[in-house]
Amino acid sequence: MKSPVTFRLNGSETAVFVDPGANLLDVLRRGCGDLSPKYGCGQGGCGACTVLIDGEPHVSCLVLAETVAGRSVETTGGLSNGPDLHPLQRAFIEGFAAQCGYCTPGMLMAAKALLDRNPNPTRPEVEEAISGNLCRCTGYEPIVDAILEAAKQRGAA
Amino acid sequence: MLEVQTYPTIGEAAGAMDDQARFLGGGTLIMNRVNYGDPRFNRIVRTTDASLAEIRVEGERLEVGAGVTMAAILASRDLDFLAPAARAVGGPAIRNMASVGGNLMAPHPYGDLAVALLALDAVVRMASGEELGLEDFLARRNGVVRSLLVRRPRGDEFRFRKVSRVKPKGVSVMSMAAHLTRSAGRLSGVRVAYGAMASTPVRVRAVESALEGVSLDHAGIAAALSAATEGLDPPDDPIASGWYRREVAPVHLRRLLLGEDAR
Repeated sequence: MKSPVTFRLNGSETAVFVDPGANLLDVLRRGCGDLSPKYGCGQGGCGACTVLIDGEPHVSCLVLAETVAGRSVETTGGLSNGPDLHPLQRAFIEGFAAQCGYCTPGMLMAAKALLDRNPNPTRPEVEEAISGNLCRCTGYEPIVDAILEAAKQRGAA
Repeated sequence: MLEVQTYPTIGEAAGAMDDQARFLGGGTLIMNRVNYGDPRFNRIVRTTDASLAEIRVEGERLEVGAGVTMAAILASRDLDFLAPAARAVGGPAIRNMASVGGNLMAPHPYGDLAVALLALDAVVRMASGEELGLEDFLARRNGVVRSLLVRRPRGDEFRFRKVSRVKPKGVSVMSMAAHLTRSAGRLSGVRVAYGAMASTPVRVRAVESALEGVSLDHAGIAAALSAATEGLDPPDDPIASGWYRREVAPVHLRRLLLGEDAR
Protein backbone atom coordinates (compact mmCIF):
# COMPACT_ATOMS: atom_id res chain seq x y z
CA MET A 1 0.00 0.00 0.00
CA LYS A 2 1.35 3.42 -0.89
CA SER A 3 1.91 5.89 1.90
CA PRO A 4 1.83 9.69 1.74
CA VAL A 5 5.06 11.58 2.35
CA THR A 6 5.43 15.34 2.52
CA PHE A 7 8.77 17.12 2.44
CA ARG A 8 10.38 20.28 1.05
CA LEU A 9 11.95 19.79 -2.36
CA ASN A 10 14.22 22.68 -3.33
CA GLY A 11 12.24 24.94 -1.02
CA SER A 12 8.75 23.92 -2.22
CA GLU A 13 6.35 21.86 -0.11
CA THR A 14 5.93 18.55 -1.90
CA ALA A 15 3.53 15.66 -1.28
CA VAL A 16 3.85 12.27 -2.93
CA PHE A 17 2.56 8.74 -2.46
CA VAL A 18 5.40 6.24 -2.19
CA ASP A 19 5.51 2.47 -2.57
CA PRO A 20 6.75 0.50 0.45
CA GLY A 21 10.52 0.19 0.23
CA ALA A 22 10.82 2.86 -2.49
CA ASN A 23 14.08 4.76 -2.44
CA LEU A 24 14.24 8.55 -2.51
CA LEU A 25 15.90 8.61 -5.95
CA ASP A 26 12.97 6.77 -7.54
CA VAL A 27 10.49 9.04 -5.80
CA LEU A 28 12.29 12.20 -6.91
CA ARG A 29 12.57 11.04 -10.51
CA ARG A 30 9.25 9.21 -11.02
CA GLY A 31 7.06 10.73 -8.33
CA CYS A 32 8.21 14.35 -8.43
CA GLY A 33 9.53 14.54 -12.00
CA ASP A 34 12.90 15.88 -10.84
CA LEU A 35 15.25 14.09 -13.22
CA SER A 36 18.40 15.85 -12.03
CA PRO A 37 19.67 13.14 -9.63
CA LYS A 38 20.93 10.14 -11.63
CA TYR A 39 20.75 6.40 -11.05
CA GLY A 40 24.22 4.93 -11.26
CA CYS A 41 24.84 1.81 -9.21
CA GLY A 42 21.96 1.50 -6.73
CA GLN A 43 24.55 0.54 -4.09
CA GLY A 44 25.81 3.90 -2.82
CA GLY A 45 29.11 3.34 -4.57
CA CYS A 46 29.06 5.97 -7.31
CA GLY A 47 27.44 9.09 -5.85
CA ALA A 48 25.54 10.01 -9.06
CA CYS A 49 22.31 10.21 -7.01
CA THR A 50 23.74 12.50 -4.29
CA VAL A 51 21.20 14.98 -2.89
CA LEU A 52 21.24 17.11 0.24
CA ILE A 53 18.92 16.22 3.09
CA ASP A 54 18.77 19.00 5.67
CA GLY A 55 21.92 20.35 4.04
CA GLU A 56 23.97 17.16 4.29
CA PRO A 57 24.88 14.92 1.32
CA HIS A 58 23.15 11.54 1.08
CA VAL A 59 23.07 8.92 -1.67
CA SER A 60 19.37 9.03 -2.49
CA CYS A 61 19.31 5.49 -3.92
CA LEU A 62 19.89 4.16 -0.39
CA VAL A 63 17.46 6.48 1.42
CA LEU A 64 14.11 4.92 2.27
CA ALA A 65 11.82 7.57 0.79
CA GLU A 66 9.45 7.78 3.75
CA THR A 67 12.34 8.79 6.06
CA VAL A 68 12.50 12.25 4.47
CA ALA A 69 9.03 13.16 5.75
CA GLY A 70 9.17 16.71 7.13
CA ARG A 71 12.73 17.24 5.97
CA SER A 72 14.32 19.43 3.33
CA VAL A 73 15.71 17.86 0.15
CA GLU A 74 17.89 19.76 -2.32
CA THR A 75 18.78 18.54 -5.81
CA THR A 76 20.71 20.01 -8.71
CA GLY A 77 17.31 20.85 -10.20
CA GLY A 78 17.01 23.61 -7.61
CA LEU A 79 20.53 25.02 -7.84
CA SER A 80 19.92 27.76 -10.39
CA ASN A 81 17.75 30.78 -9.78
CA GLY A 82 15.81 30.90 -13.04
CA PRO A 83 18.35 31.67 -15.77
CA ASP A 84 21.03 32.55 -13.17
CA LEU A 85 23.23 29.55 -12.68
CA HIS A 86 24.78 28.70 -9.32
CA PRO A 87 28.51 29.63 -9.14
CA LEU A 88 29.32 25.90 -9.09
CA GLN A 89 27.36 25.33 -12.30
CA ARG A 90 29.10 28.27 -13.99
CA ALA A 91 32.51 27.06 -12.88
CA PHE A 92 31.79 23.53 -14.15
CA ILE A 93 30.81 24.91 -17.57
CA GLU A 94 33.70 27.35 -17.82
CA GLY A 95 36.23 24.82 -16.57
CA PHE A 96 35.04 21.95 -18.83
CA ALA A 97 34.33 19.94 -15.68
CA ALA A 98 31.44 18.04 -17.29
CA GLN A 99 32.12 15.78 -20.26
CA CYS A 100 29.33 13.18 -20.44
CA GLY A 101 27.67 14.90 -17.47
CA TYR A 102 26.30 11.83 -15.76
CA CYS A 103 28.24 12.29 -12.52
CA THR A 104 27.81 16.07 -12.58
CA PRO A 105 24.58 16.42 -10.53
CA GLY A 106 26.10 14.33 -7.72
CA MET A 107 29.39 16.20 -7.93
CA LEU A 108 27.57 19.53 -7.75
CA MET A 109 25.58 18.56 -4.66
CA ALA A 110 28.61 17.11 -2.87
CA ALA A 111 30.47 20.32 -3.70
CA LYS A 112 27.56 22.51 -2.55
CA ALA A 113 27.49 20.73 0.80
CA LEU A 114 31.20 21.44 1.17
CA LEU A 115 31.06 25.13 0.18
CA ASP A 116 28.01 25.80 2.36
CA ARG A 117 30.00 24.55 5.35
CA ASN A 118 33.48 25.60 4.29
CA PRO A 119 33.52 28.53 1.82
CA ASN A 120 37.31 28.40 1.42
CA PRO A 121 38.29 24.75 1.11
CA THR A 122 41.77 23.48 0.38
CA ARG A 123 42.39 21.12 -2.54
CA PRO A 124 42.57 18.04 -0.24
CA GLU A 125 39.28 19.12 1.38
CA VAL A 126 37.64 19.28 -2.06
CA GLU A 127 39.05 15.86 -2.94
CA GLU A 128 37.70 14.46 0.31
CA ALA A 129 34.27 16.06 -0.27
CA ILE A 130 33.85 14.38 -3.67
CA SER A 131 35.57 11.12 -2.66
CA GLY A 132 32.23 9.29 -2.77
CA ASN A 133 31.50 10.48 -6.32
CA LEU A 134 32.89 8.52 -9.24
CA CYS A 135 33.71 10.16 -12.59
CA ARG A 136 34.71 7.92 -15.46
CA CYS A 137 35.32 10.36 -18.30
CA THR A 138 35.93 14.01 -17.44
CA GLY A 139 38.68 13.27 -14.93
CA TYR A 140 38.84 14.60 -11.41
CA GLU A 141 41.33 17.43 -11.97
CA PRO A 142 38.96 19.77 -13.86
CA ILE A 143 36.19 18.98 -11.37
CA VAL A 144 38.36 19.84 -8.35
CA ASP A 145 39.61 22.96 -10.17
CA ALA A 146 36.02 24.05 -10.89
CA ILE A 147 34.96 23.64 -7.27
CA LEU A 148 37.95 25.68 -6.09
CA GLU A 149 37.15 28.32 -8.74
CA ALA A 150 33.50 28.47 -7.61
CA ALA A 151 34.68 29.02 -4.04
CA LYS A 152 36.88 31.86 -5.26
CA GLN A 153 34.04 33.42 -7.25
CA ARG A 154 31.64 33.17 -4.33
CA GLY A 155 34.23 34.78 -2.09
CA ALA A 156 34.69 37.61 -4.56
CA ALA A 157 30.93 38.18 -5.01
CA MET B 1 5.41 -7.16 -2.01
CA LEU B 2 7.70 -5.48 0.46
CA GLU B 3 6.22 -4.12 3.69
CA VAL B 4 7.76 -1.38 5.86
CA GLN B 5 6.95 -1.39 9.58
CA THR B 6 7.97 1.56 11.74
CA TYR B 7 7.97 1.34 15.54
CA PRO B 8 8.46 4.06 18.14
CA THR B 9 10.91 2.07 20.26
CA ILE B 10 13.81 -0.26 19.56
CA GLY B 11 12.23 -2.88 21.84
CA GLU B 12 9.04 -3.01 19.79
CA ALA B 13 11.03 -3.13 16.55
CA ALA B 14 13.13 -6.02 17.85
CA GLY B 15 9.94 -7.85 18.78
CA ALA B 16 8.72 -7.60 15.18
CA MET B 17 11.78 -9.32 13.70
CA ASP B 18 11.76 -12.78 12.15
CA ASP B 19 13.74 -14.43 9.37
CA GLN B 20 11.59 -12.71 6.72
CA ALA B 21 12.41 -9.26 8.12
CA ARG B 22 15.48 -7.02 7.96
CA PHE B 23 16.17 -4.20 10.40
CA LEU B 24 16.81 -0.90 8.62
CA GLY B 25 19.36 1.39 10.26
CA GLY B 26 21.12 3.93 8.06
CA GLY B 27 20.00 2.10 4.92
CA THR B 28 23.38 1.57 3.29
CA LEU B 29 23.20 -2.23 3.57
CA ILE B 30 19.47 -2.97 3.43
CA MET B 31 18.37 -0.50 0.73
CA ASN B 32 21.15 -1.86 -1.44
CA ARG B 33 19.52 -5.30 -1.10
CA VAL B 34 16.04 -3.84 -1.73
CA ASN B 35 17.26 -2.12 -4.92
CA TYR B 36 18.57 -5.44 -6.20
CA GLY B 37 15.37 -7.30 -5.37
CA ASP B 38 16.78 -9.60 -2.66
CA PRO B 39 14.12 -12.33 -2.30
CA ARG B 40 15.25 -13.42 1.18
CA PHE B 41 13.06 -10.92 3.02
CA ASN B 42 9.68 -9.31 2.57
CA ARG B 43 9.57 -6.89 5.50
CA ILE B 44 11.67 -3.91 6.54
CA VAL B 45 11.49 -3.10 10.25
CA ARG B 46 12.66 0.28 11.47
CA THR B 47 12.32 2.50 14.50
CA THR B 48 12.08 6.23 15.13
CA ASP B 49 13.61 5.73 18.63
CA ALA B 50 15.77 8.86 19.08
CA SER B 51 17.86 7.22 21.82
CA LEU B 52 19.64 5.17 19.15
CA ALA B 53 21.44 8.29 17.95
CA GLU B 54 22.78 9.21 21.40
CA ILE B 55 26.35 9.08 22.69
CA ARG B 56 26.39 8.84 26.50
CA VAL B 57 29.03 8.55 29.17
CA GLU B 58 28.24 5.53 31.35
CA GLY B 59 30.80 5.33 34.15
CA GLU B 60 34.15 4.53 32.57
CA ARG B 61 32.48 3.44 29.36
CA LEU B 62 30.96 5.35 26.50
CA GLU B 63 27.64 4.11 25.22
CA VAL B 64 27.32 4.67 21.48
CA GLY B 65 23.80 4.19 20.12
CA ALA B 66 23.48 1.76 17.21
CA GLY B 67 22.06 4.57 15.07
CA VAL B 68 25.03 6.91 15.58
CA THR B 69 26.45 7.63 12.13
CA MET B 70 30.07 7.75 11.04
CA ALA B 71 29.61 11.52 10.57
CA ALA B 72 28.35 11.81 14.17
CA ILE B 73 31.43 9.94 15.42
CA LEU B 74 33.63 12.38 13.50
CA ALA B 75 31.77 15.29 15.13
CA SER B 76 32.10 13.88 18.66
CA ARG B 77 34.97 14.91 20.91
CA ASP B 78 34.25 11.94 23.20
CA LEU B 79 34.76 9.52 20.30
CA ASP B 80 37.83 11.13 18.73
CA PHE B 81 39.76 7.86 19.13
CA LEU B 82 37.32 6.23 16.68
CA ALA B 83 37.64 9.02 14.11
CA PRO B 84 40.34 7.32 11.96
CA ALA B 85 38.10 4.26 11.58
CA ALA B 86 34.89 6.26 11.00
CA ARG B 87 36.67 8.36 8.36
CA ALA B 88 37.71 5.16 6.58
CA VAL B 89 34.06 4.31 5.85
CA GLY B 90 32.77 5.47 2.43
CA GLY B 91 32.61 9.08 1.29
CA PRO B 92 30.82 11.95 3.09
CA ALA B 93 27.33 10.93 1.86
CA ILE B 94 27.73 7.35 3.08
CA ARG B 95 29.14 8.59 6.40
CA ASN B 96 25.99 10.68 6.92
CA MET B 97 23.95 7.47 6.68
CA ALA B 98 26.05 4.47 7.75
CA SER B 99 25.51 3.59 11.40
CA VAL B 100 27.54 1.91 14.12
CA GLY B 101 25.03 -0.94 14.38
CA GLY B 102 25.06 -1.52 10.63
CA ASN B 103 28.84 -1.63 10.52
CA LEU B 104 28.76 -4.70 12.80
CA MET B 105 26.59 -6.43 10.18
CA ALA B 106 28.55 -5.31 7.11
CA PRO B 107 29.64 -8.22 4.89
CA HIS B 108 33.27 -8.75 3.84
CA PRO B 109 35.24 -6.63 2.92
CA TYR B 110 33.29 -3.88 4.74
CA GLY B 111 33.04 -3.18 8.47
CA ASP B 112 36.17 -1.11 9.19
CA LEU B 113 34.71 0.49 12.32
CA ALA B 114 33.92 -2.94 13.77
CA VAL B 115 37.63 -3.78 13.50
CA ALA B 116 38.49 -0.81 15.70
CA LEU B 117 35.73 -1.70 18.17
CA LEU B 118 36.92 -5.31 18.32
CA ALA B 119 40.46 -4.24 19.21
CA LEU B 120 38.98 -1.99 21.89
CA ASP B 121 37.07 -4.91 23.44
CA ALA B 122 33.69 -3.25 22.87
CA VAL B 123 30.56 -4.79 24.34
CA VAL B 124 27.34 -5.06 22.34
CA ARG B 125 24.11 -4.18 24.15
CA MET B 126 21.19 -5.82 22.41
CA ALA B 127 17.67 -4.38 22.22
CA SER B 128 16.72 -6.84 24.96
CA GLY B 129 19.36 -5.35 27.28
CA GLU B 130 21.55 -8.46 27.03
CA GLU B 131 25.25 -7.63 26.77
CA LEU B 132 27.84 -9.69 24.94
CA GLY B 133 31.39 -9.21 23.74
CA LEU B 134 31.73 -7.98 20.17
CA GLU B 135 33.70 -11.10 19.24
CA ASP B 136 30.80 -13.32 20.36
CA PHE B 137 28.33 -11.08 18.56
CA LEU B 138 30.29 -11.27 15.29
CA ALA B 139 30.31 -15.07 15.52
CA ARG B 140 26.50 -15.20 15.33
CA ARG B 141 25.54 -11.78 13.97
CA ASN B 142 21.86 -11.81 14.71
CA GLY B 143 19.42 -9.83 16.77
CA VAL B 144 18.86 -6.09 16.98
CA VAL B 145 21.63 -3.99 18.54
CA ARG B 146 20.76 -1.11 20.84
CA SER B 147 24.26 0.27 21.47
CA LEU B 148 27.96 -0.38 21.80
CA LEU B 149 29.89 0.12 25.03
CA VAL B 150 33.53 1.03 24.69
CA ARG B 151 36.27 2.31 26.98
CA ARG B 152 38.37 5.23 25.89
CA PRO B 153 41.96 4.07 25.27
CA ARG B 154 44.73 5.96 27.02
CA GLY B 155 47.15 8.25 25.20
CA ASP B 156 48.55 6.66 22.05
CA GLU B 157 47.61 3.09 22.99
CA PHE B 158 45.18 2.71 20.11
CA ARG B 159 46.17 2.38 16.44
CA PHE B 160 44.05 1.91 13.31
CA ARG B 161 45.08 1.52 9.69
CA LYS B 162 43.07 0.88 6.56
CA VAL B 163 44.85 -0.35 3.46
CA SER B 164 43.08 0.41 0.18
CA ARG B 165 44.17 0.87 -3.41
CA VAL B 166 42.19 4.08 -3.93
CA LYS B 167 42.51 7.12 -1.67
CA PRO B 168 40.88 8.87 0.08
CA LYS B 169 37.98 6.45 -0.41
CA GLY B 170 38.53 2.82 -1.25
CA VAL B 171 37.40 -0.64 -0.24
CA SER B 172 39.66 -2.46 2.22
CA VAL B 173 42.48 -4.69 1.10
CA MET B 174 42.62 -5.02 4.85
CA SER B 175 42.11 -2.93 7.94
CA MET B 176 43.96 -3.38 11.20
CA ALA B 177 43.55 -2.09 14.72
CA ALA B 178 45.63 -2.58 17.84
CA HIS B 179 45.09 -1.66 21.46
CA LEU B 180 48.65 -1.59 22.77
CA THR B 181 48.27 -1.71 26.53
CA ARG B 182 51.48 -1.76 28.55
CA SER B 183 52.68 -2.89 31.95
CA ALA B 184 56.04 -1.73 33.33
CA GLY B 185 57.06 -0.42 29.91
CA ARG B 186 56.32 -3.66 28.06
CA LEU B 187 53.28 -4.66 26.06
CA SER B 188 50.73 -6.57 28.08
CA GLY B 189 47.20 -7.70 27.28
CA VAL B 190 47.39 -6.34 23.73
CA ARG B 191 44.41 -6.82 21.40
CA VAL B 192 44.84 -6.88 17.63
CA ALA B 193 42.02 -7.15 15.09
CA TYR B 194 41.88 -7.38 11.29
CA GLY B 195 39.16 -6.62 8.80
CA ALA B 196 38.79 -8.10 5.28
CA MET B 197 41.05 -11.01 6.32
CA ALA B 198 38.18 -13.39 7.13
CA SER B 199 34.40 -13.45 6.67
CA THR B 200 34.01 -11.07 9.64
CA PRO B 201 36.41 -8.81 11.54
CA VAL B 202 38.60 -11.12 13.64
CA ARG B 203 41.03 -10.96 16.55
CA VAL B 204 44.48 -12.29 15.73
CA ARG B 205 45.46 -14.26 18.80
CA ALA B 206 48.81 -15.48 17.45
CA VAL B 207 49.89 -11.85 17.07
CA GLU B 208 48.50 -10.91 20.47
CA SER B 209 50.45 -13.76 22.13
CA ALA B 210 53.66 -12.83 20.31
CA LEU B 211 53.38 -9.26 21.57
CA GLU B 212 52.99 -10.24 25.22
CA GLY B 213 55.85 -8.89 27.33
CA VAL B 214 57.87 -7.43 24.44
CA SER B 215 58.95 -3.86 23.85
CA LEU B 216 57.36 -1.90 21.03
CA ASP B 217 60.29 -1.74 18.61
CA HIS B 218 61.58 -3.62 15.55
CA ALA B 219 63.19 -6.42 17.57
CA GLY B 220 60.27 -6.73 19.96
CA ILE B 221 57.62 -7.15 17.28
CA ALA B 222 59.59 -9.51 14.99
CA ALA B 223 57.83 -12.65 16.26
CA ALA B 224 54.43 -10.97 15.90
CA LEU B 225 55.17 -10.09 12.28
CA SER B 226 56.12 -13.72 11.57
CA ALA B 227 52.76 -14.74 13.04
CA ALA B 228 50.84 -11.99 11.22
CA THR B 229 48.43 -14.33 9.42
CA GLU B 230 48.70 -17.46 11.57
CA GLY B 231 45.36 -19.23 11.73
CA LEU B 232 43.86 -17.06 8.98
CA ASP B 233 42.76 -17.95 5.47
CA PRO B 234 42.13 -14.54 3.88
CA PRO B 235 39.47 -14.52 1.16
CA ASP B 236 39.92 -13.80 -2.55
CA ASP B 237 37.78 -10.96 -3.87
CA PRO B 238 38.00 -8.35 -6.67
CA ILE B 239 40.02 -6.07 -4.39
CA ALA B 240 42.82 -8.54 -3.61
CA SER B 241 43.60 -12.24 -3.57
CA GLY B 242 43.98 -14.13 -0.33
CA TRP B 243 47.63 -14.77 -1.32
CA TYR B 244 48.26 -11.04 -1.68
CA ARG B 245 46.59 -10.27 1.63
CA ARG B 246 48.79 -12.85 3.38
CA GLU B 247 51.96 -11.56 1.73
CA VAL B 248 51.47 -7.89 2.62
CA ALA B 249 49.89 -8.32 6.06
CA PRO B 250 53.24 -8.34 7.96
CA VAL B 251 54.27 -5.07 6.29
CA HIS B 252 51.06 -3.33 7.27
CA LEU B 253 51.14 -4.84 10.75
CA ARG B 254 54.64 -3.41 11.26
CA ARG B 255 53.47 0.02 10.08
CA LEU B 256 50.48 -0.18 12.40
CA LEU B 257 52.44 -1.26 15.47
CA LEU B 258 55.33 1.15 15.02
CA GLY B 259 53.17 4.03 13.81
CA GLU B 260 55.12 4.27 10.53
CA ASP B 261 53.78 6.41 7.74
CA ALA B 262 52.92 4.29 4.70
CA ARG B 263 53.52 7.04 2.14
